[in-house]
Amino acid sequence: MDATGIGLWGVPLAILGGAIRVSTPFIFVSLGEAITERSGRINLGLEGTLVFGAMAAYAVAVMTGSPWLGLIAAAFAGLCFGLFHGWICKFRGVNDIAIGIAQMLFGSGLAFFFGKPFIQPSAPDLPAIPLGAWSNIPQVQAALDVNVLFLIGATLAVFLWWAFRNTRAGLILRVVGDSSDAARAMGLNPDTVRLIATGIGGALAGIGGAYLSLYYPGSWTEGISSGQGLMAVALVIFARWNPLGCFAAALLFGGAGALGPALQSVGVTQGYYLFYAAPYILTLIIMIATSSPSRSLAGAPGELSITK
Amino acid sequence: MTDRFMLSRRQLLKTSAAGAALGLASASFPISRAFAAAATVGFIYVGPKDDYGYNQAHAEGAAALKGIEGISIVEEENVPETVDVQKTMESMINLDGASLIFPTSFGYFDPHMLAMCAKFPDVQFRHCGGMWNKDKHPMNAGSYFGYIGMGQYLNGVVAGHTSKTKKLGFVAAKPIPQVLLNINSFLLGARSVDPTITCQVIFTGEWSLAVKEAEATNALVDQGIDVVTCHVDSPKVVVETAAGRGAFVCGYHANQSPLAPEKYLTGAEWNWAKVYKMFVDDLVAGKPLPNFTRGGLADGFVKMSPLGPAVSEAARKQFDATLAEMTKGGFSVIKGPLKSNMGAVVATEGQAFAETAIELESMDYLVEGVVGSTA
Repeated sequence: MDATGIGLWGVPLAILGGAIRVSTPFIFVSLGEAITERSGRINLGLEGTLVFGAMAAYAVAVMTGSPWLGLIAAAFAGLCFGLFHGWICKFRGVNDIAIGIAQMLFGSGLAFFFGKPFIQPSAPDLPAIPLGAWSNIPQVQAALDVNVLFLIGATLAVFLWWAFRNTRAGLILRVVGDSSDAARAMGLNPDTVRLIATGIGGALAGIGGAYLSLYYPGSWTEGISSGQGLMAVALVIFARWNPLGCFAAALLFGGAGALGPALQSVGVTQGYYLFYAAPYILTLIIMIATSSPSRSLAGAPGELSITK
Repeated sequence: MTDRFMLSRRQLLKTSAAGAALGLASASFPISRAFAAAATVGFIYVGPKDDYGYNQAHAEGAAALKGIEGISIVEEENVPETVDVQKTMESMINLDGASLIFPTSFGYFDPHMLAMCAKFPDVQFRHCGGMWNKDKHPMNAGSYFGYIGMGQYLNGVVAGHTSKTKKLGFVAAKPIPQVLLNINSFLLGARSVDPTITCQVIFTGEWSLAVKEAEATNALVDQGIDVVTCHVDSPKVVVETAAGRGAFVCGYHANQSPLAPEKYLTGAEWNWAKVYKMFVDDLVAGKPLPNFTRGGLADGFVKMSPLGPAVSEAARKQFDATLAEMTKGGFSVIKGPLKSNMGAVVATEGQAFAETAIELESMDYLVEGVVGSTA
């Protein structure tokens, strides 16, 4: 091993770096979806919101030169998508899953349409905090270049976990999610609560999109999401609607996704398609290990259309 | 009470059928429609037309036809390598009257383009890649390709001079012959400078996966690799990520130097305008179109990006000399004695495969010095 390469240490380092770099969009989308689902609705459209957020953030950052304005634009666009979903789903006979799928296609299509002129230009990136500055190994420094959005996401996960249990807003959200009738009896309007919850969920997904296009991989292309928004929605169920679980699941997914390229880079070149399936295999194993017929779907909000 | 909020099965089927029909209609609607033209030429791209890469190179070629009298162009982008491309071809033929179609992506050929060849014997199909075989495939099909491996060899020459760690990196999509030839050429170009250089390859498994390409580039740089190139549809992410980590990059498909002006060394680019003009000139003249079209640097099918500011004087000299030799034609990248990285002999002493050698189009090995495997 020579001084410039770090050999086999590259694998754990890549998993750590990958967990930090790749997980952030998963964190934001799954936290947003956790809020929405806790209120009793499913918004499958977050994939579209993620892609549109990525495009909006990149476009605004290119035009204004400020990635922060891009981030705000993405959050605002996501909020609009979420509010639309929340509003239309309050009408009788409207199925939230069907609207979500429609919004997924609509959001991506709209992003492709408006995003055409922005594929070529380069936008400024969101800043990163060099948490690896203590090390004199450049690889460690690179892996620990942590974007502020990752830290915000981590803080948000802890805050939501606390807020769901200990605040009035959290209680209202859970009541609405568990029983519309009980909520009405308490004088709450479930539609308003769900409207707000879906709006916030959309805004968070938009921020996740901004991370994709403005930090990592850091450019706008039409294939930028490749299904990450959908995976994040699935992570929420995997995490049993617990924000801390969402955070852990996102880290796991990010780290496992880095395994394939890292193993090839140290010379483990056989069967890379299998390594690329690692995140999904891991998910399956954990699902099987944690499931049991006696407490299936524990923690699921009672009003969710998949559990009704 | 709950049943009022639920969709009945019949309603759901009706709604989803309508949605699917709408989706199909919008997906197969061509970008521009053709009216009253002598001949219509169709182009199908697997990704967006301005991806700084593969599709952009083809779209620039298609755009070069727009001034030609009597020729009109129909294009469709983001067409997956599935039965979707058959629908696209059918609609180009039936609705737009296309008489010549260029499905530009590798996976369009078998079975999709072949099925359309059988269904529309009067329409000509030319596929980008090396798949067409006179004995196996119909005569209204054909293939065209450029010897871009030569360009990767020149990339390798410059990379070999520039690398300090003597380790190069290659982010590749899939282990198909054209990709393998590019990887091998890149390394052999570098080894013409210093025979101890190695090249680490990472396959991502897909033509366009932004996050995985970024991860692969990071993993390469973590291993001390200081010059990276790639063969994916859109090199934008690889170029930006590598330059961001301080590594040098060689481009592919199109000129990516605006993305990293300081770190961009040179790049192997397509010049499809030349090829498409050739086909269309034959079409206008009423001549039969060639089934097997190939060309390299000498024929103008392939070109190199201008050398970047980081390229040393020695590198520039060898680059120019090699380029001059290649433009004479008949240059061999794969020449004996040469072994694969599994130890098998791929060329014996004195044996050489020129760029035109058909054997190269079924390449299934990585040469000695490349770290990676084809499966």
